[in-house]
This record gives sequence, structure tokens and C-alpha cells, in this order.
Amino acid sequence: MNRRTLLAAGATAAFAAALGAPLRANGKIKVGFIYVGPINDGGWTQHHHHSAKEMVEHFGDAVDFVYQENVPEGPDAERAITQMCLGGADIIFTTSFGFMDPTINVAKKFPNVKFEHATGYKQADNVSVYSARFYEGRAIQGTLAGRVTKTNKVGYIASVPIPEVVRGINSAFIHARKVNPDVEFKIVWIFEWLNPAKEADAAKALIEQGCDVVLQHTDSTAPHAAAKEAGGVYTFGQAADMAEYGPMPRISSIIDNWAPYYIARVQAALDGTWSSVNTWDGISTGMVGIGEISDAVPAEVKAEAEAMRDAIAAGEYHPFTGPINKQDGSVWLADGEIADDGALAGLNFYVEGITGNIPS
Amino acid sequence: MDINPILLAAAIMVASTPILLAAIGELVVERAGVLNLGVEGMMITGAVVGFIAAHESESATLGFMGAALGGAAVSVIFGLLTQFLLTNQVATGLALTLFGVGLSALVGQGYDTTTQVTLSKMPIPVLSDIPVLGTVLFRHDTIVYLSLILVAAVFVFLTKTRAGMILRAVGENHEAAHALGYKVRRVRMMAIMFGGACAGLGGAYISLVRVPQWVDNITAGTGWIALAIVVFASWKPWRLLLGAYLFGGVTALQINIQAEGLDIPVEYLSMSPYIATILVLVVLSGGRAPGSLGKIFHASS
Repeated sequence: MNRRTLLAAGATAAFAAALGAPLRANGKIKVGFIYVGPINDGGWTQHHHHSAKEMVEHFGDAVDFVYQENVPEGPDAERAITQMCLGGADIIFTTSFGFMDPTINVAKKFPNVKFEHATGYKQADNVSVYSARFYEGRAIQGTLAGRVTKTNKVGYIASVPIPEVVRGINSAFIHARKVNPDVEFKIVWIFEWLNPAKEADAAKALIEQGCDVVLQHTDSTAPHAAAKEAGGVYTFGQAADMAEYGPMPRISSIIDNWAPYYIARVQAALDGTWSSVNTWDGISTGMVGIGEISDAVPAEVKAEAEAMRDAIAAGEYHPFTGPINKQDGSVWLADGEIADDGALAGLNFYVEGITGNIPS
Repeated sequence: MDINPILLAAAIMVASTPILLAAIGELVVERAGVLNLGVEGMMITGAVVGFIAAHESESATLGFMGAALGGAAVSVIFGLLTQFLLTNQVATGLALTLFGVGLSALVGQGYDTTTQVTLSKMPIPVLSDIPVLGTVLFRHDTIVYLSLILVAAVFVFLTKTRAGMILRAVGENHEAAHALGYKVRRVRMMAIMFGGACAGLGGAYISLVRVPQWVDNITAGTGWIALAIVVFASWKPWRLLLGAYLFGGVTALQINIQAEGLDIPVEYLSMSPYIATILVLVVLSGGRAPGSLGKIFHASS
């Protein structure tokens, strides 16, 4: 290749890029994924990857699939996303809250690349945000937890203090108290999404302090292993079904199912109809799945939980329906009042009855 | 209060063991005058090799043996580079960590499962029946006992045996030791391999007992803590034991305090293990680094 052809090729490439053509000439689209953990974490990242692969299968040869795992949240993410853009990705999914600012920053530099950021709240012309209403699943977990606990102590392994995690704690607590007024929550923050050793330590500490139900907002199956070893402790799968730990200790789970969303968005990009949207779906669309409730749960409790699931799916019941007070006793939601999405998106306080403080 | 002090004390011993194992190995390496910053890489290699060995053989014992061999094998790479090719120890050690983390992720693909292999507890007869003390000290698995025996053995080896004194001589002044006819390289290679084996055991304790599961990067920085504890313990085995248990202890305690819902900001609790360990060991400090630590040795110079 001499210099002239090189220049010509470069000019052609630049021209094509400037056009922002929705497709490559051969009709292929390059789809990139940025993951916070390893694709074998058994939870959050594994399910994003799983859904991504389902999407790839759906499109077959029309999609060129690239991904990078173990990308740290923070400035280094910007480098990873930039690299993917330079590698020719047409649409990039960044799948962790901490990728929010890096995604926005890179999106400014690459106006022709489409971005999809999971669980954040900053949108731009070429950045969509999408998340799932995990708190709907937490309401069901809370109901089950309140019913099955004998010690009335429920442990909660919390990850990073952001509204999504706080919503989950509140939702689980409200519904556990609803069916069991004596229930108490013990909350441990580990400040990471995935750290099996810390998760195991936290689960063991909670169990030793008398918790016979352990909820987790962290991604590994380590707490299940600890519960299994201790015996008589109930757990819930997080992000993935974690069915290998059923019927005990895992009695149900929240399953993230991103595949329909990924297929719809890549389809939109292929059709040239992609535009920036804000999606927040729950049980009704299947984005939040409730894993099979195991036989370790009494039949009437199982029926109660399933009825709640169906009511939420049908839109008849909202987990944050008043009366609900804030932790300090002041009124948050009046009787019958339903929390609006704006308030939920920025939720940063515990509801009445939870002890301890949210780390800031 | 829901904190059970007896169970907590027993949990502390479990939480401290990986750090203790890795640190006691590194202590011997550094007393021989070699600074191996690759502890994290050797630990994670031990974690993955141990997990695979236990998973395939369905034997926890074979798992731990595999882990020790795996850790020692990657440490040999470090040894060959620094002792024979005379590379810079700091850079080589850092490279070893990066290498180990990457290698383990590669080797561990397909093993993203949990293991059914469990290391059974081995209550020591008679002693385990002592109230309180029995539960705290004498109802653990073999590796916990092994880690304590290793600390005692290293202490005796370094202070009471001829071989231990030769190792220290090599670490304090390799020129003089060489002039006396001791094989500096051979001593150091053996120390490096011992360090690798110990780090491998520590890693496997995380992937086979404490979690037990294989996930990429499961050691999550434990190797660096072990390295720091060696320095803060002034290269002395008993202080090292104190440091490792203190770190593990405050780690376990802070989780319990959080769960208890005491009104202490979580951020302070999370940093407390580091602060407590540094404070105590600095107050106790008074030792100095081995004279030839980190220096390149060549017989001609």
C-alpha cells in the first residue's frame, strides 16, 4: 500500500464516519459490551453477557459482537470505551452504574456511536439509559423473608450506596414488616459489587448473629455457600437464578433478563430508527424475572408471593404505596399515595423501622 | 447484642489464615534478601490451581498440594529472572502479579462453578472440649493449624538452626555470605519457592474454604496486605502473626458491628482494619530491613 492509497482509504473512512451511516456496506453492525466483572461471576455480569449472546444469536451474522470484561469503574472505563469506539463499534452497552460519567464523556467525542448505559440517570442525544425495577422483585423477597424467618432477623448484604441499592433495601423491608411486624434487618455494606471473600465473611457474620434469611445485592454465590454450610438459612439468587443452590438455601431469585431489550435496541440501530430513550421496566415486561419459588417454602406463602408478583405485573400494586414514613418518622407517602419515578430514582433515605445509616 | 464473641474469635482465625500463610512465606523470602512483590500473583495462581485440582480429584488435600506446587512454579519464574538474569526485583515482582492474575483468569475458564469438595473440620481431641477456648482455638480445619505451625517453624528455623542463620546471613550481606562459601543463589531460590508455595496455600484457602468458589480475581488484593504486614511486622514471625490476626480480626469485627447496627459511620468501620494494623505495628516497630533486601547479587562484583 503506497501513501496515496492509504490517504484515499483514510479519506473514505472519514467520509463514511462523517455520514454517520446507520450500517456498514455489508449490512453488519458492530455491538460492544463493557462489563464491570468477569463473565463468569455467576450473577450480574454473567447475565448481561448471557443476554448479549442471546441477542447475537437472534441476529446471527448481522452482528459483530465484541466485549471487554473486568473494566474498573472510574477513569479507566473511559479508556476501555474509547478503545471500543476506535475499534469501530456502532453501538456500545456499558453495564454498570459507575460507567455513567465515562460513557457520557466518551459519547461527546463520538457523536456517531450509539451508547446504552445501564442503571444510570444521565441521558444524551446518543446515550440511552436503561434499568430494571429490581425493587419489584425485592418486594416479593421481603414477603418471603418475613414469612419464613423464625429468628425474625433478616440479613442484607448491601453493595455500593446508590439509590438502586437503597430502593431494594426499603422495598424488602417494607414487605417483610407487612407480613411480620417483629422482623428486623441487619445491613452490611461491603462497598463492592463483587468480592466473594467479603461476601462470604459478611454472610457468615450475619448468620452467626442469628439471621436465618440472608438477602444480597452483591453478585457472587458465596453467601449461598455460607448459608448451605450453616444449614437452615434461606437465601435468594441475585441477578442470576443461582438454581444450583435450590431448593435450600436458595428459595427464589431475581433474574435480570436484558435480552429482549438488547434485541429491540440493536434492531432499532439496524433499522436506523434508534433514538435516545429512558427505559425502566419491571416484572410486567419480563426484564425482572422472579425465579421459581422452591418447595422449601410453605405452599400458602408461595401462593401469597406469587399473587403479589402477578399483581405487580398487572400494574395493580406498586411496592411503594403509602402510608410509608421516612426513617426519622416524618411522612414520605400518605395513605394510598404512590411514589413517583423521580423520587424513586434519587431515593437516598431508609424508611421507618430500619436501623443504621446509609453511607454517604 | 447479637455478636457472639466465641464465634467471632473463631471467624477471625479463618479470615486471617490466607493473609498469614502468604505473609509468612514472604517473610522468609525477604529475610533471604529478596523482595518479591508478586505475592498477589502467586496467591491467585494457587487459588485457581488449588480449585481445579480439588474439583478434578475431589480431594481437598490434593487441592492444597496442587496450590502449593502452582504457587511455587510461578515463583520459579521470578527466581530465574531475578537471580540468574539479574532483573530488577520490584519490576519483576509487579510483573509476576499481573501475570498471575491474567493466567489464573485464563486457566480458570470453565471452572466458574462451586465445589462440592469441603475441607472438614478437625477438632483436636480433649482440647476441643475446653469451654470457650476449645471452640475458639481447637475446632478448625487442618490448614488453620498448619499456618500456625508454619509460623512457629519459621521462627525456630530462623533463630535456632544453622540453615536459618545461613539464610539470614545471605539476606543481611550477600557479599560476605558468598565470601564464606555459601551458595547465595541456591538459598534464595529455595526461599523464593517456599514463599510461592505458602502464597499458593493462602490463595487456595480463599477459593476452597473461605468462599468456596472460583471467580476471577478472587484474592482481591489480599497479597498486597500480606506484603505490607511483613514490613510492618519488622520481618519478625511473631509480630507477623499478631499483624495478620489483627487485620483479620478487625475486618471480621467491623462486619459484625455493621450488622449490629451500631451508630458508627460505615466508612470508618471499613477503613478500621488498615488503620488498626498500621498503628499497632508501627508502635511496636523497631526492627530494620535485611541489609541486602532487594539488591541484585552477582558473584563477580
